[in-house]
Amino acid sequence: MKLNTNSNLYTFIYASVLVIVVAAALAFTAVKLKPMQDKNIRVEKMQNILKSINVHADFDNAEDLYKSHITNAFAVNSKGEKLTDVKAFDINLKFQIQEKIDKRILPVYEAVADDGSKKIIIPLRGKGLWGPIWGYFALNDDYNTIYGAVFDDKGETPGLGAEIATTWFQKQFVGKTLFDGNKFVSITLYKGGKGSAEKAGDTKHGVDAISGGTITSKGLEKMVKADWLFAYKNFLAKNKK
Amino acid sequence: MGKNLKLVTDPLNLNNPITVQILGICSALAVTVKLMPAVVMAMSVTVVLAFANVIISLLRNTIPSRIRIIVQLVVIAALVIIVDQILKAYLFDISKQLSVFVGLIITNCILMGRLEAFALGNKPFPSFLDGIGNGAGYAIILILVSAIREFFGSGSLAGFKIIPQSFYDFGYSDNGLIILPPMALIIVGVIIWIQRSRTRELIED
Repeated sequence: MKLNTNSNLYTFIYASVLVIVVAAALAFTAVKLKPMQDKNIRVEKMQNILKSINVHADFDNAEDLYKSHITNAFAVNSKGEKLTDVKAFDINLKFQIQEKIDKRILPVYEAVADDGSKKIIIPLRGKGLWGPIWGYFALNDDYNTIYGAVFDDKGETPGLGAEIATTWFQKQFVGKTLFDGNKFVSITLYKGGKGSAEKAGDTKHGVDAISGGTITSKGLEKMVKADWLFAYKNFLAKNKK
Repeated sequence: MGKNLKLVTDPLNLNNPITVQILGICSALAVTVKLMPAVVMAMSVTVVLAFANVIISLLRNTIPSRIRIIVQLVVIAALVIIVDQILKAYLFDISKQLSVFVGLIITNCILMGRLEAFALGNKPFPSFLDGIGNGAGYAIILILVSAIREFFGSGSLAGFKIIPQSFYDFGYSDNGLIILPPMALIIVGVIIWIQRSRTRELIED
């Protein structure tokens, strides 16, 4: 008997079977690969945190280095009070930034740098031109001076906005201070190419923005100011030395 | 044998999917800023195309013609998602750079084009070769374009600095324009021009 491949019933059954088979195959792959994918994301986060204190980890040793360098991880609220029962590492900043500032749960990491000194690592999250940008500030024990900064982005324009992920840009933040006296001023980005922060006379809290990456630079400035880092103001002020 | 070989070699030049069939241009423009992502992208497309061709060719006598396109799409989408998941698990860095473009292989015209034009009417093995051939033809253009763009745009190839620092000290600077998508279009255009002017078979009256 020759099968009539054009009958309604056949078409219907064919489509159903096909969809079920495909769904099963996809579900199987997704479940099988999920642990590997989760590990990649965890390791990447660890590498970024470690990079802010100048520890460069690769895929294999990231977890060990993380254990030996990060001594404590906890969360605070915008009043600067420590929260209990929160796993700081698992906090997803993507959701926290959507909350009002006083509702946010803010992760903080304590670390020891390679020279043995204590550092405070503050994660950052903000908006660039095309998508989210994020990063970490490592502060010295005074809760004020920046020891290291890393930034990364999801899809900023290569060569322009994506320059925030380069070392020359990140190095500028080293040694800058977040407080001016007792006032929390954070970091300001100055437009106009290299040397413009110096020209503006702001050597303590100013860095050069990226030429051609104005919107990304603005987004980054908001990230280290009102959009995100200001939520940490009270926590940092309380501990400041 | 000669016929099968032709299936692989034809798409490399005379029937190149990008420069002659003008298929799959969009991803050729988007992922060719750096060499490595372009290589991985080309490999992903080749794998998906070869397997989709084989699967559709195996099913070709059973597929109800009214839902033929849907069946092709389901097969392609399933394979692309599997490739995307594998990249996320084993080549995490590159999968981040390729981001949405792996998913967009689904809409790559080369795939639907080859399934419709070849796999539906041919046996599995020739279909497989056709997939490999067209994937390789796509790969050649992607690699060529991305090599040119990475060299002039970032001064490196596959991440290694090629242009020495002394050039930069003299005032040489990377060409930022070449990183932007319009330049990819122009490079592809130039490649098509060179190919057409050198290949007698492709010269039109």
